[in-house]
Order: sequence, then C-alpha cells, then structure tokens
Amino acid sequence: MNARRLSPNATCFVPLFSFVTVADLTASDSEPSSWQGIDETVVERVAVEAGRPPREPLLNTDQGDLLLFLFLLAGAVGGFVMGYCFRGLFPPRRQDTDRDA
Amino acid sequence: MSKHQTLAIVVVFAAILLVWPRPAHAMHIAEGILPFGWAALWFAVAAPFVWWGLRTINRRRADDSRTPTMIAMVGAGVFLVSCMPVPIPLVGTCSHPCGTGLAALLIGPGPTVVVASIALFLQALFLAHGGLTTWGANVVSMGVVGAYAAYGSFRLLRAFRLPLFAAAFVAGAVADWATYAATSLTLSLALCGDGALWPMFAAVLLAFVPTQLPLGIAEGILTAVAYRFVSTRRPELLNTVANSGAVAGVS
Repeated sequence: MNARRLSPNATCFVPLFSFVTVADLTASDSEPSSWQGIDETVVERVAVEAGRPPREPLLNTDQGDLLLFLFLLAGAVGGFVMGYCFRGLFPPRRQDTDRDA
Repeated sequence: MSKHQTLAIVVVFAAILLVWPRPAHAMHIAEGILPFGWAALWFAVAAPFVWWGLRTINRRRADDSRTPTMIAMVGAGVFLVSCMPVPIPLVGTCSHPCGTGLAALLIGPGPTVVVASIALFLQALFLAHGGLTTWGANVVSMGVVGAYAAYGSFRLLRAFRLPLFAAAFVAGAVADWATYAATSLTLSLALCGDGALWPMFAAVLLAFVPTQLPLGIAEGILTAVAYRFVSTRRPELLNTVANSGAVAGVS
C-alpha cells in the first residue's frame, strides 16, 4: 500500500467494518441460546402471548444445514449481481489515461 | 495499491460478512401471526405502492438506459442487507438493517417498494424469513414506510440546507426506525384483541428500542457514506431521481 491517505469514504468504512467483525466474532463464540433475533425475542413473544404463534412456512427450509446452504447461495448470487452492476456503473479509472494526461 | 483498490477490498470483506451463512431474524412478521383479515388488508395497502413503483421503473427505463442496472444493484443490496443479522453486543440480540433508506435516496421511493417486495418474497419463499401470508404487512413496513420516511426526511432536511452527508445519515436512521415502528403498529393492530391498542404498541416499540437504536445509527452512517460515494463518483446517476422529483437538490 502506498503512502497516500485513504479517502474519507474508506476511513468511514474501516470503523464500520471493524465493528461488524468484532461483533460477528463475539456472536460466534457465544452460547447458542444468546444472540437471538428480535423476531423471536419480540415479534414471536408478542404473537404467542396473543394466542397466534407463528406456523411453519410454506416451504420449510429451516431443516439441518439446508437453510445455511440457501443463505450462502442467496448471498453469493446477490453479491455477484451487486458487484457486476457496481462495476458497470462505477468502472475503474484507467491508470494509463491518467498517466498520459 | 490505490485508495480505491483499498476501498474495494474493504467492501469485499464487508460483503463476505453480508453473505455469511447464518439465518437472520428481525422485523419480518412470520407466517401465521396475522389473522386473515389483517393479512389481506396489508396486501391491499401494499398493492398500489408496488404498482406505482413498477410504473415508475418502466417510465424511467425509457429515459435512462442505466436504470435497470442501478435498480438491480440496489435491489441486490436491499436483499443482502435485509438478510444480514447484526449482533448488538450490549443487548445480546441480533437484528438486521433494512437498506430501504439508501435505496430510496438512490432510486427513489417507488422503485424501492418494488425491490423490497421482491426481496421479501424471496426471503419468505426460500429462507424461512417472514411469510407469504404476511408479505403485504412486511412490504408496507419495510418497503413503503421505510422508503417514504427516508425520502421525506431527506427532502425536508435538504430544504433546510442541511449538508448532504447529515441529511443522508438522518434518512438512513429514520428509515430503520420507521420500519420497526410500523411493524410494532401492525402487530398491535392485529393482536391487541379486546385490549388497548396504544399501550401494546408502546410495549412492542420499546422492546425494539435497545436493538434498533444502535442499528439505526449504524444504518444512518452506512447510508451517508454510500450516498456520498455515489454523489461524488457518479452524480449523474442521481439525476434521474432528482429530475423525477424524488430527491430535490441533490448536488
């Protein structure tokens, strides 16, 4: 990495990225019962108390590692689409053109 | 390595975390929670917004060939962000950002409703995340309320000459908080029964606060950084939205 300073955008991303990383690692080391989603701690609790517990989804993919696979697949496809479109909209600046100029 | 390459590496690593395979749970109202009447009502409320969004996209495609690419990128972003469980260390729970605030600033609130509705449909169908019968309610809270709250607050703050970064930050945070407020209202309306509506609404909303307060701030920062990046690198991409009256005074 050269000695040039990072752009303000990059310097904003670094603390955000660090926070997500630390929080993610902390979550991985925790007890399985903790780090519940707030749909369980709030939405489902309210629904159960009101007598309308959630029922099984039409396609119940929450079985074993199937849901993990689908999340990874969805993330990979979504990430590819996002990256492909990003590159189309924000093409990298050509270094040779910069040098010639 | 240039600063843009460094930035790209940071974004790639953040994207890896985004796609990390762990189920997220948050504002999505799960299958079967809403009674049939309420579920149907929220479908009816969501439908005109989705129709209006589709109409806006079709109209804009004729004016600007980059519109489909921009909407595809933003749609993929909303899908990913709204799947991402973010652990909140102080609280010990997980929740997800919505992404609709940034989307509303980049492509306008109408198309944001469309991309949010597609994301919620895919999540309900394949990721056991939300529900098909509660799709309308989830579209209203995340797509409609989140997008229009962000769009409205951004326009208002820009009218008061607030700097771009600050206005985008507030818009991102407001979108997140408004989404969860709408979810609280949806749940309370459907489930209060013979009890009082507003105490239940306040109780549900307060239960969201410890998790969503920091997450909303984080979403505001993300929105502000991303919006400033686009407005600096390719301001013309925002012109279509600005010219359509969605975000006035962008540049």
